[in-house]
Amino acid sequence: MSAITTPLASTPGTWTLPYRGKVAMACLIIAESAIFTIFVVAYIFYTGKSLSGPMPRDVLEVPIFYTICLLSSSITVHFASRFLEHGKRGGFLALWFLTIMLGGLFLFGTGQEWHRLIYEHGLTISTNLFGTTYYSLVGLHAFHVTVGLIMLLIVLLFGLAGRLGREHTARVEVLSLYWHFVDAVWVVVFTVVYILGR
Amino acid sequence: MSSDAMAIRTAEAAGHSWLEVLHGWVTTVDHKRLGIMYIGYALIFLIVAGFEAIIIRIQLVRPHYDFISPQVFNRMFTMHGTTMIFFVAMPILFGFANYLVPLMVGARDMAFPRLNAFSFWLSAFGGLLLYFSFLGGSGLYGAGNAPDVGWWAYAPLTAPAFSPGHSSDYWTIAVMVSGFGSIGTCINIIATILCMRCPGMTLNRMPLLVWLNLVMGGMVLITISPLTAAQVMLLVDRFLGGHFFDTQAGGSAAIWMHFFWIFGHPEVYVLIIPCFAFMSEIVPVFSRKPIFGYPVMVGATVCIGFVSMSVWAHHMFTIGMSSYSNAFFTITSMIVGVPTGIKIFNWLGTMWGGKLILKTPMLYCIGFLFQFLIAGLTGIMLATAPFDWQLGNSYFVVAHFHYVIVGGILFALFAAFYYWYPKITGRMLSETLGKWHFWLFVIGFHLTFDGMHIPGLLGMPRRIYTYEAGRGWEIWNLLSTIGAFIQGIATVIFVWNLIISYFKGAKAGNDPWDAWTLEWSTSSPPPAYNFATIPVVASRRPLWDLKHPEDPDSQYE
Amino acid sequence: MANRDNTEWIVVAGRAAGIFVLLTGILLAAGLCTASPRIANPVPNIFNPLSTPADTISHLSRFVLIICGLIFAVVFTLLTYAIVKFRSSAASADREPAQVYGSTQIELAWTVIPILIVVVLFLATARVIHAIQDAPRPAAAVEVTAIGHQFWWEFRYPGLGVVTANELHIPVSDPAHPTPTFVKLLSADTDHSFWVPQLAGKTDLIPNHPNEMWMEPHRTGLFLGQCAQYCGTQHAKMLLRVSVDSQEEFAAWIRAQKQPANQDEKEIAGRRIFETTACVNCHAVGGTVGTGRFGPDLTHLMSRQTIAAGAADNTDENLRLWIQNPDAIKPGSLMPAMQLSNADKDALVSYLETLK
Repeated sequence: MSAITTPLASTPGTWTLPYRGKVAMACLIIAESAIFTIFVVAYIFYTGKSLSGPMPRDVLEVPIFYTICLLSSSITVHFASRFLEHGKRGGFLALWFLTIMLGGLFLFGTGQEWHRLIYEHGLTISTNLFGTTYYSLVGLHAFHVTVGLIMLLIVLLFGLAGRLGREHTARVEVLSLYWHFVDAVWVVVFTVVYILGR
Repeated sequence: MSSDAMAIRTAEAAGHSWLEVLHGWVTTVDHKRLGIMYIGYALIFLIVAGFEAIIIRIQLVRPHYDFISPQVFNRMFTMHGTTMIFFVAMPILFGFANYLVPLMVGARDMAFPRLNAFSFWLSAFGGLLLYFSFLGGSGLYGAGNAPDVGWWAYAPLTAPAFSPGHSSDYWTIAVMVSGFGSIGTCINIIATILCMRCPGMTLNRMPLLVWLNLVMGGMVLITISPLTAAQVMLLVDRFLGGHFFDTQAGGSAAIWMHFFWIFGHPEVYVLIIPCFAFMSEIVPVFSRKPIFGYPVMVGATVCIGFVSMSVWAHHMFTIGMSSYSNAFFTITSMIVGVPTGIKIFNWLGTMWGGKLILKTPMLYCIGFLFQFLIAGLTGIMLATAPFDWQLGNSYFVVAHFHYVIVGGILFALFAAFYYWYPKITGRMLSETLGKWHFWLFVIGFHLTFDGMHIPGLLGMPRRIYTYEAGRGWEIWNLLSTIGAFIQGIATVIFVWNLIISYFKGAKAGNDPWDAWTLEWSTSSPPPAYNFATIPVVASRRPLWDLKHPEDPDSQYE
Repeated sequence: MANRDNTEWIVVAGRAAGIFVLLTGILLAAGLCTASPRIANPVPNIFNPLSTPADTISHLSRFVLIICGLIFAVVFTLLTYAIVKFRSSAASADREPAQVYGSTQIELAWTVIPILIVVVLFLATARVIHAIQDAPRPAAAVEVTAIGHQFWWEFRYPGLGVVTANELHIPVSDPAHPTPTFVKLLSADTDHSFWVPQLAGKTDLIPNHPNEMWMEPHRTGLFLGQCAQYCGTQHAKMLLRVSVDSQEEFAAWIRAQKQPANQDEKEIAGRRIFETTACVNCHAVGGTVGTGRFGPDLTHLMSRQTIAAGAADNTDENLRLWIQNPDAIKPGSLMPAMQLSNADKDALVSYLETLK
């Protein structure tokens, strides 16, 4: 006897449980949110507490353009999955590619800003408390954007090789969920660093 | 044993070299094998950390004793604590969860088998990395030093100025890496429970072990992350010249404490909740009654999960927070005792009016009940902030948390071993050796930890490699040391039981305990695919329904 | 699956024995009271408080202990009863007992009662927290600044112009004219904690995070304590001696501490060694070029009963050993071995012994 084979009730008419990919990504997002929360708390706690060195209002420039890039990439990635759901591979690839470009542009903007901060203002991670918390928080976010971009690129390559169809929609949506998360985190980081913290 | 399982066994045995067997284990993604590996790995580290404890106890057997230097002692208590929490308790509980959850929900494996394997190997690597520090972590005094900053690694003791070399980095990175493994495992557990239950198993019909592992999994996601974040910050300080915890640059030592304990307190609930799960499965079977108050048990656990996130600063009552903060954390710490007490009462209610079978698993459950009760009450004492201003950071706290971890968690784990070993191996553990193990361990445990409360009341702080004579501490330290040896002997008996019963134990059959959850419906050990056909359930105790078709649970639920 | 051996009785007896060891021990310690007042209180028992905050804590603690003890007694009795009464017997082996799923009333009862207990405990506790932490500071309070170091205590009396180390002197307080001592707690390096159980609960010394605690001793005497927050290798030997003096004794001690350093012409050789070797990098002696603050102030070294923060008695032999080989007394302390010749060491120790 290796299994129970006599149910006392008939199999319920419909037995559908959530899609495990979505559940897993939701869990990952919860865990990552907790990590980001701690970095944000540290940032806020240390606002104004640097003993020396450049202060936020002296050196920070609000990155409106690159923020718009990143946030619109959420829109493009959403519609990309819609296209895939309807089998429109061309539309999917175009919007997916646009998402990657916008995300890459955002990273480029971050790099540009850091270059300016380091070489023009002498602000590094070890300069003062502001430097430490700023680079850590923005850097952690940029790291998550980078990982997201790599994943998006892999999917793009599969798509270009013709191996993606509407049956992959659910998995693509899991990845776009991650991308939405990355954008949502940017909204918080942007508000805390460039608006509240100055 | 089923013919299917027999056929697979024979195929395995035929002409497979030990190398192929090893390869099979190393590359496995089967939740049962990963579960066994987690448990085996944890048992090895239990022995290692147990030795560290024995060394500590020998050094403290009398005042100004010279068994080891202060440097070695400080490494011993750091490694003992870090190992026990991260490389014994967490892996062993994940091991049981891995093994049991898919079986209990009627699934063939976890939701993400490869992630499961990856998480295991990450955690395993963390443990090895931590112990490599004995060889490679140059500290203040030369080459090859393990971390010596305590398992909380308080700032600024971990700053490069006060912990030069790499010993603290080994602590940080090893624990951080195993933390990623823990998060991976818990994502898997949650996805399995939410998405892979067999037909008919609504959330309301899941075994309590499954429910409690769901809560634990959710807690891990929110709880390990703050530690990971803090450790990243520490690495930024130590390697990149950052100032997160650099008090000379305006940084805060207290913020490390907050971040650490926001992890550290819920962590101990992460450890105890699976043990509540074991209790909730074993006590009913050995009382021959269903668990008393299933919905309340679920509700109380969820409550504990939430409230436990709000109590962390009761570890920081002495750092100079305002009276309002201290009062807040006093009330929350007391409140979390209410659902915990409710669970004790519900187990009592399960036993009440039942028919108690006092075999080894139940003996351990009874031990848990008495000891966890005491542990909880000393916890209430520590929750009252002014009492904690005296008792905090003293041997009273050491006694309290060992009462929880050894008297509670370890006893529940022993119960789980004796209960599920037959399922995992197909053999019963020896009842005689089990009783020897139990009684010796009880004697050793109480000898060590009962009297340990007293030096705390008499002013003995913790983490000291020696102490002054004439303060009334000597006799209690001596008794604690003797008890430690007795516990060691009991543990040897346990390990011997595990080994000898594998070869000589009585054949278990599918259901040696006349139990009611799905894992007992398949063979012992289960085949790789768990169930020939996916079960369909109609109540919380599907096997009770099967064995008592005239009086099924489904009629009452 | 009946089990009729004597296990159940042994279970209960064993449990009871173990539990009562604990109870007896705790009650023993709780009731522990030195029969008659002695000058030295070698056992730093939190239930033998001799200062207002420690007293207040002790009363609350006994209250909490009693409540916890009652809870324990009730639950222990119920558990023991259940084990004895409901153990399976051969007669009932084949019948399953009544399958009871729960009871709302019982659940309510054992939810509400604990909540009420929590409310009572919390109210009692909140009062004490406020009484101790928000205590007003009378004008006649003595002010001390304590600075924690690895692995010694620096004590400064800012209002009185006194600097000393490791052994604290405070005046006894008369309830009619209270003279409590308020201590500001700072740290020069890592975290420490000031714990003298009979005088007050512990409070931590955290760098960049000033704290405050107070003591109001009722009786003169010598009280022992030590650092209670792991601070590094020699955390164990960062001991505390608090001497509660009568008002006259305290005034005399202050006067003596304010005296300039003894300048004995016979010891000029030793003093020269002190001033021209590395000693002055860490230590200060009034009237010399030594103004180092990394180590204890030695101006009135001989007024202290111990050296190395209580790790050794202040004797000639120990002074020599401490200078020659500190690791013999306190391995891992930050005092370096001074590598002096025997002649130099003799002269130096001889000089130090004049610093009364």
